[in-house]
This record gives sequence, structure tokens and C-alpha cells, in this order.
Amino acid sequence: MAKSLGPVKRKFSPWTDPGAVPFIRFENITKRYGDFVAVNNLTLDIYEREFFSLLGPSGCGKTTLMRMLAGFEEPSEGRILLQGKDMSGVPPYRRPTNMMFQSYALFPHMTVEKNIAFGLQQDGLSKPDIAARVEEMLKLVKLESFARRKPAQLSGGQRQRVALARSLAKRPKVLLLDEPLGALDRKLREETQFELMDIQHTLGLTFLIVTHDQEEAMTVSDRIAVMDKGVIMQVATPAEIYEAPNSRYVADFIGDINILECAVTGNAGDCLRDGHPPVVRLVSNGLDIAVEQECPVTAGDKVGFAMRPEKVRISLDKPADTTVNTAHGEVWDIGYLGDFSIFLVKLEDGRILRAAQANVSRLVDRPITFGDSVWLTWPLDAGLVLTR
Amino acid sequence: MAETGATAHTNPLRWLVVAIPYLWLFLFFAAPFFIIFKISLSDTAIAMPPYTPTFEGFGAIGDFFSQLDFENYGFLGEDPLYIDAYLSSLRIALISTLLLLLVGYPMALAMARAQASIRPTLMMMVILPFWTSFLIRVYAWIGILKPEGLLTLLFQTIGLMGPDDQVTIFRTDYAVFIGIVYSYLPFMVLPLYAALEKMDGTLLEAASDLGCPPWKAFWKITFPLSLPGVIAGALICFIPITGEFVIPDLLGGAETLMIGKTLWTEFFGNRDWPLASAVAVLLLLALVVPIVIFQNQQQKVG
Repeated sequence: MAKSLGPVKRKFSPWTDPGAVPFIRFENITKRYGDFVAVNNLTLDIYEREFFSLLGPSGCGKTTLMRMLAGFEEPSEGRILLQGKDMSGVPPYRRPTNMMFQSYALFPHMTVEKNIAFGLQQDGLSKPDIAARVEEMLKLVKLESFARRKPAQLSGGQRQRVALARSLAKRPKVLLLDEPLGALDRKLREETQFELMDIQHTLGLTFLIVTHDQEEAMTVSDRIAVMDKGVIMQVATPAEIYEAPNSRYVADFIGDINILECAVTGNAGDCLRDGHPPVVRLVSNGLDIAVEQECPVTAGDKVGFAMRPEKVRISLDKPADTTVNTAHGEVWDIGYLGDFSIFLVKLEDGRILRAAQANVSRLVDRPITFGDSVWLTWPLDAGLVLTR
Repeated sequence: MAETGATAHTNPLRWLVVAIPYLWLFLFFAAPFFIIFKISLSDTAIAMPPYTPTFEGFGAIGDFFSQLDFENYGFLGEDPLYIDAYLSSLRIALISTLLLLLVGYPMALAMARAQASIRPTLMMMVILPFWTSFLIRVYAWIGILKPEGLLTLLFQTIGLMGPDDQVTIFRTDYAVFIGIVYSYLPFMVLPLYAALEKMDGTLLEAASDLGCPPWKAFWKITFPLSLPGVIAGALICFIPITGEFVIPDLLGGAETLMIGKTLWTEFFGNRDWPLASAVAVLLLLALVVPIVIFQNQQQKVG
């Protein structure tokens, strides 16, 4: 399938503009099912033309939140504003949102074109208008030659495209996507992710996507909200979420990470490098750590030190300075991922640290192997102090 | 696939499995049908069995065949009683089936949309009447519908009727419709329920999401998807109702004309087996058409 490259992704950050009016606003939303609290006093703003992801494990309330926006559920408390309009009591069939269902929910007794035309017919559009829009949508998802097929005669990927076309046909103000790519194989999923971004960009719509797949959320989103147990843990851009998670939960949920429990030994606030944040000193079971980070901790505080494996350098040679940001251990396991190798290094106290190394040269036998005594080192800006 | 096909061909057990239903159909459908068909071509006789010719061995086979004719079928065409009875049966079956759909569809829909935990109970309630004999249940309706019956008593008690008035449903077509709808309701509800229950609820959410209000979604999504159940239920009811004998006999009046009753009278009242057989053969042929439609529909769905 030919990939259109589309316009270059623009710099887009309305959330940093204090004057920007949110397009969708969840205001102190609580949703209870009996005693179970699915969403707990949640407030969230989403801006026009944003590609926003709700990311979290199953049961974290992300789908409930989306279903409340679509109108399938009513919040127990709080309200949802769409373009400033209170959506309370507005039934789904009167909301300017459309949803792409996880199961696609294609009407099995209708052909592809009838499925796509369904929403347009409800709006009472004229027949030629409907036909034109259906054709446009079929073209958009590259299914022109499948117009007369029934959903049962399509592959999983094609069905997913029909579902997308159907939910886009009405040009909704907000498109809701519930685990849209879950059923696709990896390659198709990646292709579709980029196509989704293209489509969102071309049509200028606001997309809200629910997913448990962090890679998917990272790829497509302008911003991500990481959810757990009905509350939002962090809302930020993919890069911020990855590089500056605000809690152990977010750090652990997104990507691969080492987390060491530490005690703060000093927060003198002195800068070692000009133009960089001050340095916080930590100790984790004899391991001295220095982190460049502005953070309100004092000596004796218990914190977490989080560090992505690709920021750890692994070497067979002993570094010159072993007093700080250095650990010694032996290679306990190696995960060969093709582009990367992950080394699980067992420290002397039994803890495991993960270090990733890009496989830059074409070697089958890597110089570092099982049982090797290795040194791990990392710079001052590699890790992060987590107080939550 | 080709491999399993090859081994299956050489496996005699496979042929046995296939042969059993055919043997069953031959013994209990084809053979009796041909006997009935043969009797319908015979003439009545005061004898035992009450028709002629009877099969006297292969020696006299030419003579045997020469005595068979379509005289009875001609007679059925001449006497308007039979044509009227056929048409009346089809009319009653058609109206009953529509009434059954009207009553059964909401029931099946309510069952399918009920909480999963109470569905077995609702199903039980639909099937429960089967635990009592069909005849007893129809007789019970006599007790309810007869002029001095329970319905009259109820209407008089609540003041809808004067003490001298009586309901005049018993021995009319209305009583027949009531009896048929009551007796056949489970046969309508169960296929409808089966079709509605397996429907994916998110389809209705999708319809609603695309701007379709619930009542419209029913006709655009729910009903079309339940069509196999509607057709199955309609045929399962329509076919036996057409030949129904007990209900019109017990609840219907003198003017309730149904082919099943006519057939019974010919067999047991008039002892005219050949004519009764001709009626039966035509009844079967009249019903083959809806059965074939049913089969086609099932294959399409499958």
C-alpha cells in the first residue's frame, strides 16, 4: 500500500498556551459501578486538533472515560464539556463524536459502502452527497474495490479500515478510537499508525485514542494521559512521559527502566555544570548516585532513582573514576533484540540492572557475553529522581 | 484438507454415519408417503383395508397398476369444501403466525436483553408449559373461554359485564387463534431468542453513535439480523398450524374449517381412505414450498 507522506508534522502545543480554550473538558468526573469506582474525580482538558491518548492497563478506567464522552455512560459526578457545551443527558445519537469500536462493530448484514453510508443517512443527506462521501472515504482507506463486499468477506485489516472510514464519514468533531489496532499484526499496525496520523492531520480532527499499547500511544500522540485505578498519573507529551516520568508507576509503565530505591544524602543545590540543574546526591545500598535535577528533596528522604537501560554504558574495562554513577557486576542474561541487546547485569548485592547497547556493527559474537565481569556507568543527566 | 478427504472416503464408518439419516428418512418418510400416495390413487371398498386394489404379488402387477387413477384428486378439485378448507387453513395459519410473531418477538427480545443471570429462568418459564400434556392445556382453555367459564366470571366480577352476559369466544375462530398462539408460542420464541441472543450489543451502540435513535436502530439493525430466527420461527409454526387438528376440533366452531379436521373426518368419519390420502398428499405438497424456502434461507445463513 502506497504511503502518502503528507505535510511535515507541525509544532503543536496549545496546552502550553494559558489562553487556549480546551475543546473537550472532563470536569471532576467520577463514575461508580456499585461500590467500584471506575473513574475517580478526574479533570482533563483536550485541545482542538490534538491527537490524545489515554494509556493504562485494563481496568484503569480509560475505556469508561471514552464511553462517557461518546454518551454510552453518564458520569456519576462531574460533567463533560464539548466546545463549552455541557453534554450531560445528551444521548449518543445527538453527540458530535464518532467512535471506532475495538470490535469494529461493523453491521454484518450491510455491504462496506452501506456501513460507511449509515451515519450519513441518519443525517438525512441527499443520495448523491452520500455516494460522494462514501467514495471519498473508501479512497481514504484504500478500499475502493471492496465497496460491495460484506464484512465477513474482508480480512481483519480491511475491516478495521471500514470501521475507520465509517467513523470518519460524518466528519465528527472528535473521533474516539477504542484500542483501534489491537487485532492487527505488528507490521500492519505500524503502517496504520502512521496512516492514522496522516488522516488526523489532513482532516484536522481531534482524535482521542484508548490503548494499553504504550508504543502505539508514543507513536501517534501529541499528548498522553497515563491512567491507573481511575485517576490520571501524568499528562504529557510522549517525550516527557518517557524522559521525565513523574512517578514510579509511569516510569515503569512506559518502556523498559531500572528503578533503584535510594536515600537522599545531599541536595546542596550546587551546579557542577553551567546551565544545568543542580545535583542531587543519592545512595542506594552502597551505590553512590549523582543526578542533575531540580527537585525538592532533603537528606534522608526515601526516593526512587529511575534510569532507562539505553542510557547506561556497559564496558569490560574499569572506568577511571569509580566513586559515583558506577556499578560493577556480571552479565547474568542477554536479550538480543536485533537492533539492541539488553544486558541484565547482576550487581554484587544481587540486584539486576539493565543496560542496552545498540548493535552498531554486524557481529554474531558480541564482545560481552554471559558471566563477564562488567562495569556500568552513566552520566549525571541519565537518570531521574522519583518522589512518588 | 485433501488428505482428510481421502482417508474419509476409505473409511466405511463414514458411510454408515451418512447412511443412518437417509435410512431413517426412507423408512419413516419416503416409504409411508408412497403408501399414502398409492392409497390416494385407489378406490374405496367395503373391505379390510377399506380400499382397492391391494398388492397381490408381482404376478398381477399389471392389473394392479391399471386400477390406479387420479379420480380422487379430480374430486377434490370439484368439491369446494376441500379447496375452502385448504384456503381457510392457510389463512388461519398465516394470521396465527403473524400473531405469534407479534407476541413472541417482544418476549424473545426481552429475554435476550435481560441480565445473563436471569435468562435461564426466563427460558424455563417459556418451556414450562411443555411439562403438562398438550391436550390438557387445550382443555383448560375450554374452561376459560366457555360461556359460563372463568373469563365470563372474571369480567362479571370486575364489572365489565352484567350478570346475564357471557363471553362468546368459545367455538369461534377467535378461540382457535387464542389456542394456537398459546400452544405454539415457545416454538416461535425459542428460535427468535436464539437469533437475538447472539447479536452483538455493540452494533446498537455503533448505530447510536452514528446518529441512529433506538427505535430506528431496531428496524435497521436488530430486526434484519434476527431475520433467520423470524423465518425459522414462522415456518416451524406455520407448517404444523396448517395441518392442525386438535385445536380447531376442541376450540373451534362448526364454521371453523381446517384441512386437518377435514382429513380426520374423511379417514375416521367417512372411512374414505383414498380421498383422505389425496387430501394428505396435497397438504404435504402445499407445505413443501415453505419448507424449501426455509431450507434455502438456512443455507444462505450458514
